[in-house]
Amino acid sequence: MVAYIAKRIFAVIPIVLFAILLMFALVRMSPVDPAEAYLAAANIHPTEELLAEKRHEFGLDQPLFVQYLQTVKNIALLDFGNSYMTNSPVWEEVAARLPATFQLAASSILLSILISVPLGFLSAIYKNGPIDHFSKGLSYFGASIPQFWLGYLLIFFFAVKLDLFPVEGRGSWQHLVLPSVTLSVALIAIYTRLLRASVLEELQEFYVLYARTRGIKESAIMVKHVLKIAISPMMTGLGMNLGKLLTGTIIVEQVFSWPGFGRYFIEAIFNRDIPVIQCYVVLAACLFIVCNLIVELLQLYMDPRISWKERTEP
Amino acid sequence: MISSIRSVKKSKKAIVICSIILFFFFTISILAPWISPHDPIQVNLLQKLSPPSWEYPLGTDHLGRCNLSRILHGARVSLGFASLIFISSLGIGLLVGTFAGYKGGWVDVLLMRFCEGVMAFPNLVLVLGIVGLLGPGLWQVVLALTMVQWVYYARMIRGMVVSMKEQNFITAARISGSSTSKIIRTHLIPNIIPPIVVMGTLEMGWAIMDISALSFLGLGIQPPTPEWGAMIHEGKGFIRSHPELMLYPGLMILFVVISFNILGESLSEHFGVKSRN
Repeated sequence: MVAYIAKRIFAVIPIVLFAILLMFALVRMSPVDPAEAYLAAANIHPTEELLAEKRHEFGLDQPLFVQYLQTVKNIALLDFGNSYMTNSPVWEEVAARLPATFQLAASSILLSILISVPLGFLSAIYKNGPIDHFSKGLSYFGASIPQFWLGYLLIFFFAVKLDLFPVEGRGSWQHLVLPSVTLSVALIAIYTRLLRASVLEELQEFYVLYARTRGIKESAIMVKHVLKIAISPMMTGLGMNLGKLLTGTIIVEQVFSWPGFGRYFIEAIFNRDIPVIQCYVVLAACLFIVCNLIVELLQLYMDPRISWKERTEP
Repeated sequence: MISSIRSVKKSKKAIVICSIILFFFFTISILAPWISPHDPIQVNLLQKLSPPSWEYPLGTDHLGRCNLSRILHGARVSLGFASLIFISSLGIGLLVGTFAGYKGGWVDVLLMRFCEGVMAFPNLVLVLGIVGLLGPGLWQVVLALTMVQWVYYARMIRGMVVSMKEQNFITAARISGSSTSKIIRTHLIPNIIPPIVVMGTLEMGWAIMDISALSFLGLGIQPPTPEWGAMIHEGKGFIRSHPELMLYPGLMILFVVISFNILGESLSEHFGVKSRN
């Protein structure tokens, strides 16, 4: 078991290295010269000497492979260089903004689970009933509505017309409501369908039939057995849709002027602040990879059959 | 049994309805320059923010431009570029996927590892990263979206090619003397098309969403070109006084994307293929 977990963890390392390599290659291929961008951002007139000096400072005159190793080392030490705009370490600026983004992400995940678990469960049990139709409609709606538009619709109805919540910014819990709802609609759409499908699958299993013939109460079968197992695929979904959540935070932070990492990233794109862009993309990839690993290990813990199957298969 | 027949009938109905809607939108996008009542980028400050009238059926925006004309032209931009991204990423995916699956060996391993590496990034994050490095603009967005999307086609097609190579009916056809081109025409293509159609349909929906999201962020289509996401971006400043400015383009995106999504899922039900989600 420990060996298996260690194997899974080690398997992640090459993917992370590759992700960094890809980003590294993109930065090198981009038409922007980091030395030039740095000087332009600092409002210094770029002379040949200054450019050469900066290139040397950034290590741009080293062989590519050495540069790549240096990048990997720096990233491992959370050193993403200095922002071209403020000239302060990128990681410090990012660390100051991460809590806001995590708060938003966590509250949306919580909200989406609170809604999609009962909704998905009920629409599986009352298949083709009104709840099922409603959840199906909601899932199409949630998957197709542009998040920024939904955000503005919510602002229009709940902040402008009804004046229930603030339009933008961060602070009280009221500030958190509209952004979280905006972000969670897309997630609810996915999780509800996922849970519904896996509950329907579980209902076909023999143990359900057996439990029913034994005369166990239907509600006990559903909650204690079916739901417990059916939740598992939803957790995979949680990991796999982390990307949606991340890109969602970028857009939602923009709509609600939420002072998080996503907003900072967009600002950096406009300013061609390459260290910040690189930091966001690499961190997002790492987060995505690590979360999927955690989900996988959690599932292993919850459903021992998985590891058994994988270990017996070559 | 009966319920499955019913669901097939239902999915057929959905396919027909969604196809008609999308055909309608494609027609609009092609005919936009001829059916629009006004020039979509012509500024007329005397008429700004005017209510719907015979001359301006949906009113005008903050620069006095005709909303209806801008929405019609927006369809052209959204659908046009989404189709472009679809075609280019499918093209690259077909080439790479077939090559990798056919060659096998280290070429296959290397190409597929590359695809997995791209998939390690959340999609839109990588797109934003690429746009950030190349600079904002429509063509950069098209390039970035293509660079990210082709890997999904490549992997899917490679998987199909590999499994096809092993199939008995291919071997049987070859033994019985069919030429390679005939095998490709009568056996390979009919088997490969349904999954591609399903994936392509869903992909179109995503591409439209992504283009509009990037334009909304100010990184995609630049003003004054009419595009739905960009129109919402421009209209958001008038949310208190003229919410309809952002209402119309948003409805259009929702309508088109929902049609693509329902069409994609009904097609996958109809063909019996599993979609990416």
